[in-house]
Amino acid sequence: MREMTCIVCPNGCHLTVNETNDEILVKGNLCPRGKDFAIQEIHHPMRTITSTVKTVYKEVPTIPIKVSKEFPKERIFDVMNQINHIQVDYVAQQGDVLMENVLGLGINIVVTSNILKETIHE
Amino acid sequence: MKQYDTLVIGGGPAGLAAAIGAKKENGEVLLLEREQRLGGILKQCIHDGFGLIQFKERLSGPEYVERFIQEFLSLNIDYETLAFVIKIDKKEGFYHVSYVSKKGVCEVTVRSLIIATGCRERTAKQIQIHGTRPSGVFTAGCAQHFVNLLGEKIGNKCVILGSGDIGLIMARRLTLEGMKVLGVYEAKATPSGLTRNLVQCLEDYQIPLYLSHTVTRVFGEERLNAVEIMQVDEKMRPIEGTQEIVECDTLILSVGLIPENEITESLGIALDLKTKGPYVDDYFMSSLENVYICGNALHVNDLVDYVSESGLIAGKNSMRQHVSTQSVSIDLSDDFLYLVPQRVSVHDVQESMFYFRAKKEMKAADLLVKVNGKEIMKRRYKNLKPPEMEKIKVKWEMGKISENDHIEIELKEDLCVK
Ligand SMILES: Cc1cc2nc3c(=O)[nH]c(=O)nc-3n(C[C@H](O)[C@H](O)[C@H](O)COP(=O)(O)OP(=O)(O)OC[C@H]3O[C@@H](n4cnc5c(N)ncnc54)[C@H](O)[C@@H]3O)c2cc1C
Ligand code: SF4
Repeated sequence: MREMTCIVCPNGCHLTVNETNDEILVKGNLCPRGKDFAIQEIHHPMRTITSTVKTVYKEVPTIPIKVSKEFPKERIFDVMNQINHIQVDYVAQQGDVLMENVLGLGINIVVTSNILKETIHE
Repeated sequence: MKQYDTLVIGGGPAGLAAAIGAKKENGEVLLLEREQRLGGILKQCIHDGFGLIQFKERLSGPEYVERFIQEFLSLNIDYETLAFVIKIDKKEGFYHVSYVSKKGVCEVTVRSLIIATGCRERTAKQIQIHGTRPSGVFTAGCAQHFVNLLGEKIGNKCVILGSGDIGLIMARRLTLEGMKVLGVYEAKATPSGLTRNLVQCLEDYQIPLYLSHTVTRVFGEERLNAVEIMQVDEKMRPIEGTQEIVECDTLILSVGLIPENEITESLGIALDLKTKGPYVDDYFMSSLENVYICGNALHVNDLVDYVSESGLIAGKNSMRQHVSTQSVSIDLSDDFLYLVPQRVSVHDVQESMFYFRAKKEMKAADLLVKVNGKEIMKRRYKNLKPPEMEKIKVKWEMGKISENDHIEIELKEDLCVK
């Protein structure tokens, strides 16, 4: 038996997971997403990350970004390394993709704020 | 002098929602924000997890708040940034407000005021740490500002004091940015932050959490070079002989948030010792007529969805025609950390919404509402935890609250459930 906390929503349900030969039994989840989470967590934990990237603009030195979807947890620092190589040299907007299919993981780096558009008037 | 129905002070999620709420009731609204940009604290909260209740989506802080900014701007609501309120006077049922902005000193007359000034972080002065005053000691929110908005590296090796959510989120953030986070030290025996943040911010990155431990001393001349850690007993007194020196160049304080009361106090509004914010009635109106409080200025929320909700309600209510400060207080049992609103207005009312936190962890508890000794409502709760705020709608079966009504709300732990 394994115990874990579901991190899908703020409820943070306390899950107990029993793995038998052909079935995974999840208890403690208030909704079905908790079961999906537990199964994935046992087979291959996935996470998303958010961070910032540098820009060329003095007034707005960084802008926030996210990865478009979950990817294997053990690749977090590889993805961070890619993110740290990006420098934005145009007035990017929320939703803009700065890097596609990072390391072949099927994830994109996406801008999450309009701060450049709001601040920089070229 | 320019006149408005409602003046909103603060342009974070609470203030934006309040302005939108008042505007939708056809109010003439002005919003004042002291910073350069609208958005409040969420501008720097680049992590995701916002808006799950309201939008059923996992938004980052900027994505969440920019949705409200867009709606706010589309309603053509008057606003000024870099605006500081300097004086508020009450005259003949109106408030005369003076403020400074890019335009110089301005004056407006308003009927209602909404205070949405958010909260502030407790600092080292408010906790007991001895030693020198080297650089390298930051509050968590301040570190977040440097790292997320300015893109600066704040140090190499860090210790975090306090297990509040911002501290946990910064532990992960600094780790991602290449800093070594040696541990999170919490004086209490239970963590302050949400369980999901313990998992996704600490466990995921193998950052240790030390409960019943605190920082008692800092070392370093120019820059911090070490801290002294001690274990504490249940009364949070350091235990002699448990001293341990941890080398680090950065100390992050995540020791709690308190409502920003500068303006509320200057207006002489009564404060609640439990929330450290003002008292309000079920309209979110304070002890002063037509002055409303919402968001973190009222009590420190953990979820921004509830902040926006309170703003919207306060905004709508600020446009009411008939207002009375008559209200009855609520007798709370000891097991509550707090309950907001603290009072119920004397009026015809079917239901009121309350937010509360339990004082300690409870596996099971019953919440009972009594009016004049008669139980009118009972609700069962499982797994109450102080960091997790709960919400409850109380239906008043008698349809109105009168000035002599005695309202009691009780939280009773069920010790039979393990
Ligand atoms: C670091 C941090 C992390 C958080 N993480 C999460 C999370 O993961 N998920 C979640 O749901 N919630 C989270 N929260 C909570 C959420 O961000 C807050 O509940 C929300 O931002 C509060 O909104 P507010 O409008 O009350 O206050 P704020 O966002 O603080 O806005 C207050 C505004 O008022 C302005 N102001 C203050 N005083 C004056 C004055 N005198 N005159 C004019 N303007 C003034 C300030 O400049 C500010 O813009 C977090 C909070 C913090 C601090
Ligand atoms: S099981 Fe469902 S309700 Fe519980 S934390 Fe996970 S997603 Fe949220």
